[in-house]
Amino acid sequence: MDEGLRSELSKQGVFTTTIEDIYNWGRRNSVWPLQFGLACCAIEMIATTMARYDLARFGAEVFRPSPRQADLMIVAGTVTKKMAPQVVRLYNQMPEPKYVIAMGACAISGGPFKQGYNVLKGIDRFMPVDVHIPGCPPRPEALIHAFMTLQKKIDAQKLTGPDRARHLNADEPSEFPVPAFGAKDLEPPHNPALWQPPKVERAE
Amino acid sequence: MESLETIKERIEAAVPGAILEIVENPGAAAEHSLVVDHGHALRVAEFLRDDESLKLDHCSNVTGVDWLDSVEKVREKVKKVVDGEEKEVVEVKTIETPGYLESVYHLFSMKLGHGPVVLRLRTGNRSGDVTLPSLTPVWRGAELQEREIFDLYGVVFEGHPDLRRILMWDEYEDHPMRKDYVEPDDYEYEPTPHDEVLKKAKAHFGEGGKE
Repeated sequence: MDEGLRSELSKQGVFTTTIEDIYNWGRRNSVWPLQFGLACCAIEMIATTMARYDLARFGAEVFRPSPRQADLMIVAGTVTKKMAPQVVRLYNQMPEPKYVIAMGACAISGGPFKQGYNVLKGIDRFMPVDVHIPGCPPRPEALIHAFMTLQKKIDAQKLTGPDRARHLNADEPSEFPVPAFGAKDLEPPHNPALWQPPKVERAE
Repeated sequence: MESLETIKERIEAAVPGAILEIVENPGAAAEHSLVVDHGHALRVAEFLRDDESLKLDHCSNVTGVDWLDSVEKVREKVKKVVDGEEKEVVEVKTIETPGYLESVYHLFSMKLGHGPVVLRLRTGNRSGDVTLPSLTPVWRGAELQEREIFDLYGVVFEGHPDLRRILMWDEYEDHPMRKDYVEPDDYEYEPTPHDEVLKKAKAHFGEGGKE
């Protein structure tokens, strides 16, 4: 809509918008996270919800204990291979639209414990991640910044068209296969549809 | 607290038949340890816990150690008859020490405020003979730690109330803290690989040169 016309109308008290804007505005201002702290990053997440760096003023009013009522999963902390199937199961139990923030180095790629025998090298091996927060642990301001980035991402989602949001697109999967416990490693060690090790050209 | 030699003599008097050995610790703290045989371990433990002057009622740490089979080559000067003449020849002798698994207990006394006394229990070898008596009936704090040793080293504790894996999942079939543990080929992306990680990356992608 023409900006001039819009400002003229708003001076007269008539506000115009699109359904997409209003829908996304409503969704992004009330993203309720799931209580999901695994390790040290969980302490920083708790600090972000406390008085000094209050996350509730951004819309994360309550951290839901049940995945059925949550919109956002903040994977905070090292994901061990023993815990990985439960993380994916919880993600599957969340209703669409759902988002994932990978908080801290461990959730992004295994972090400082990458060579551990029980460490899953990044939760994006099994789940689609929307925002990654580097840091060990990331400061509460970083988590707030990630939350705002997620809000901008939700704002930019479209409702129609081929690149519409995942929850409106019946072709995109919203549940991902849960890895099984194998004899030496998880089976599969990563979800090939979601994550491939990056190919790097090296000057050898 | 009494010296370890005194403790050893008193244990030998109180638990007849116990076979004990002192392992010297060359470090500055001089925390020497006591190797106990399997048959008398429980009674030695009970003596250490109940004896009036020791009262070692707190088992603060139980850990496992993996000793691999080691082959040591020692050069010795030996007088040998070579070509009719007696000469001094340098001979290389190989000393083979078989490996074993070990569980090490650190014991303190809360009541009398002394410690630590370090106990060691050694298995027969690393492959078939890996059972040890569990000291959980004596010190409850050893329960979860012995489970950890079972999970990560493979030592089976006889007499443990609930022996199952604690860190790895139940279907896992390996013991990660053993020295000969090989990681699964779970390729880890590294921006600047070198040494071990470079070897792993090359092995994963084959010797193509390019990743």
